[in-house]
Amino acid sequence: MHPLRKRRLLLILGLVVGIGAATTLALFALQENVNHFYSPSEVLAGSAPEGRSFRLGGVVLEGSSRRDGDTLKAHFVITDRFRELPVEYEGILPDLFKEGQSVIASGTLKGGVFVASEVLAKHDENYMPREVAEAIAKGKAQKAADGAAPTQEPRP
Amino acid sequence: MNPVLRWFHQLGSPPYFYRFAGRWMPWFGWSALLLGALGLYLGMVRAPADYLQGDSFRIIYIHVPCAWMSLFVYVVLAVNGTIALIWRIKLSELLLLACAPVGAMFTAITLITGMLWGKPTWGAYWVWDARLTSELVLLFLYFGVIGLASAYDDVRQGARAAAVLALVGVVNVPIIHFSVKWWNTLHQGETVRIFGQSSIDASMVWPLLVMALATKLYFAFAVLLRTRGLLLEQERAKQWARDAVTGAT
Repeated sequence: MHPLRKRRLLLILGLVVGIGAATTLALFALQENVNHFYSPSEVLAGSAPEGRSFRLGGVVLEGSSRRDGDTLKAHFVITDRFRELPVEYEGILPDLFKEGQSVIASGTLKGGVFVASEVLAKHDENYMPREVAEAIAKGKAQKAADGAAPTQEPRP
Repeated sequence: MNPVLRWFHQLGSPPYFYRFAGRWMPWFGWSALLLGALGLYLGMVRAPADYLQGDSFRIIYIHVPCAWMSLFVYVVLAVNGTIALIWRIKLSELLLLACAPVGAMFTAITLITGMLWGKPTWGAYWVWDARLTSELVLLFLYFGVIGLASAYDDVRQGARAAAVLALVGVVNVPIIHFSVKWWNTLHQGETVRIFGQSSIDASMVWPLLVMALATKLYFAFAVLLRTRGLLLEQERAKQWARDAVTGAT
């Protein structure tokens, strides 16, 4: 290779590697700020900011969601399958909100209850036709019935 | 000389590339149109509705291929930038300039379709999570490349300045790709995997692959078209360019 071109190649490699290293370090330093939400375990371990609003993410615990009479007030529990945190929210929930579904709520922690001002549904990466989803659910139910046979609530 | 290497050297010559592009352009253009129509038909009509999202999931057939292209075009652009900076090949500089608007278009479509899907699904048009933010940065990188290149009077100088910016921005490509893995994001993880099991049902994946091919063919078509225009403009003083315009061969 021509020495001039070799020098340019090395210069470019140096540039790309240098910027890559700088960005990696910056992102590591900003790790907490880049994360969009905290899990209940992280919140209960005290790593979420206290006294100011943050986002809480996890799955809506099965059987935990209820509404207050005629109001828009909703209560549910968000879990990461290790720890749980009760959530209070007043407003319209997104279409995909249901028990067992991932959600991200933003709000503040007040006396052990997360008071949310916004609830977003997090969609997972799974896509399938209704028939396949039903077949999978049926298979799971069959397996459960064969095993310990836990009672399953009928889902609307 | 090795025939492949010789062909590669020939391709770098403006008149040869101009003819080569002119010959292949219609093939790319028409096959992109046909495959695009087929992919949209399969995706919008034939694919079954999603068990959870119903019909709104169908935006995947536009959103995801465009998102792949937004990264793919950037890599092509950066490779041409590297060649332009090291070997000072005029054609690579022009290819870089031709890639930028096409990539910006794919990025813009990705962002807009994502927002339209996000409102009914998540409940918000936009959130500042790592995936969405880094994709927005990609759009600004494309704008930066276009803007920087056109800030110079000399096209070649502008293209090389833009190439440096493009190489600086390369660091964003892995960030976009891995953002859903490295951080907690609202955006879901990857659905279609080259290695391992995809988490999309087989009946839904075919239109996606057809669209992925169609967008690639469109990109080839658009870049060849733009590069031909840029070549004529750059070489307007040369005899071959005059001949190409007047139709004399």
